[in-house]
Amino acid sequence: MSELQELYQDIILDHNRNPRNFGRLEGADRTADGYNPVCGDRITLDLRLEDGRIRDVAFKGSGCAISRASASLMTEAVKGLSQEQAERLFHAFHAMLTRAPGEPFDAEELGDLEVLSGVAEYPARVKCATLAWHTLHAALKQEPGTVSTE
Amino acid sequence: MTAHDRETAGGLDVARIREEFPILGSRVNGKPLVYLDNAATSQKPQPVLDALLHYYAEENANVHRGIHALSARATEAYEGARAKVRRFLNARHDAEIVFVRGTTEAINLVASAYARPRLREGDEVLISAMEHHSNIVPWQMVCRERGARLRVIPMNDAGELDLEAYERLLTPRTRLVSVVHVSNSLGTVNPVARMVELAHARGVPVLVDGAQAAPHLRVDVQALGVDFYAFSGHKLYGPTGIGVLYGRAELLEEMEPYQGGGDMIKSVTFERTLYNDLPYKFEAGTPHIAGAVGLGAAVDYVSRIGLERIAAYEHGLLEYGTRRLSGIGGLRLVGTAREKAAILSFVLDGIHPHDVGTVLDAEGIAIRTGHHCTQPVMDRFQIPATARASLAFYNTREEIDALVDGIYRAIELLR
Repeated sequence: MSELQELYQDIILDHNRNPRNFGRLEGADRTADGYNPVCGDRITLDLRLEDGRIRDVAFKGSGCAISRASASLMTEAVKGLSQEQAERLFHAFHAMLTRAPGEPFDAEELGDLEVLSGVAEYPARVKCATLAWHTLHAALKQEPGTVSTE
Repeated sequence: MTAHDRETAGGLDVARIREEFPILGSRVNGKPLVYLDNAATSQKPQPVLDALLHYYAEENANVHRGIHALSARATEAYEGARAKVRRFLNARHDAEIVFVRGTTEAINLVASAYARPRLREGDEVLISAMEHHSNIVPWQMVCRERGARLRVIPMNDAGELDLEAYERLLTPRTRLVSVVHVSNSLGTVNPVARMVELAHARGVPVLVDGAQAAPHLRVDVQALGVDFYAFSGHKLYGPTGIGVLYGRAELLEEMEPYQGGGDMIKSVTFERTLYNDLPYKFEAGTPHIAGAVGLGAAVDYVSRIGLERIAAYEHGLLEYGTRRLSGIGGLRLVGTAREKAAILSFVLDGIHPHDVGTVLDAEGIAIRTGHHCTQPVMDRFQIPATARASLAFYNTREEIDALVDGIYRAIELLR
């Protein structure tokens, strides 16, 4: 498999073409906007929390295959997690993307998110993959304004 | 290089020219580099690299001060570069050539030293819909400060300015027009001479952002009639960190300095400072001497080949590239003006420009993806970004073929 095919794995392309939890969430109690000024990617993330857990989540926006697939995978991964668990997952995800070549990462904790590990070979694309997560972080913290990757 | 390339090159020996640019022989991701990001920055020919080394190895000293031999030599090299730029732009006097860091600083200089003291509440500064952020933000800053209004000349779907709207927007309140000569994201060549004529008929001075024009077409500031003209060295096959502001001497004379410091003064006491003559009044501090010398070498280099020949060859590449790209299903060119420089901005159905850029990079092909520092242009065309191939006279039809193959590969992989 070439490095490029490693980056654009079928599961990523599938999430790009058919993003899960795509659209606005009715009855959302948290919303945040994310923006990557480098490539113009935009995302709006809606959350519904219940007893400190992410009950439901949806996203909308435009972006490259990596950012869309990452947002889609994220929505599947964080449903049902507590805020702390979601933040911990973001931390592990970020560590996977910014690791040095050949360095291991916590594949068990990351689950399906592992398919994005190839992004680490493309430093210019790390922000595409983390935009949704930064936006989730802002929504959980209820930070006002648009989150920027810059 | 095909026979056709040599034929359309009009005597331009592109194979030999390429050998003069060391980086063009390199490999990226295991593939021969295909460099199609010239609007971002251009590559440097050996004579420019040699000039930089020669300056630092044999002439380095500070300018305009020492009485020692090296300082005289450095001053001669620096002022020699100014004279070369003066000839390159066909300005009347060397004193009309101000060395700055680049186009951005040149525009900021005019905004600060020309516009700021002259703008009154309700006055207007006129720019166009296809400006680079560097020809938007300085005007927003100074307009906000002075209570003036920034107005925008609209464009059509091809990316051509609406000259009738321009005439209507030139009002008794207009104090300055600042427009781009060649659009970096669309490739449009604007009818600058005509626009200057219309502005001057109402007594309005004009600044032209020539960052994308100076490397690709012959610029004659007197024939264009412009009051200010700005360009960057690094897009003209010269070093980064050096650029030029041309200003008509009468206007530069009237202006206050941009920055204070050494070299821009005649005498200083704590009570009073007497400013230096043009152009030194605008060159506070030790300038980028080596950069100016390198820019002088770049100007010599392109002048030796000839801007007319460069423009003709690049136009051939543009026509070829337009034809090839137009044949790709689902590809839309953004910027289809009748008068165009060799810039091919495009979007692909269902594939984000960023992904195209990554796939092409794996093939050793360097293009730019994003908004190209022209977010209002992206908004105008209702797209978040484009992929942009920007050509130079060292590019070939084979490289455009490689681009087309790479785009097909992206489609195959991602759609």
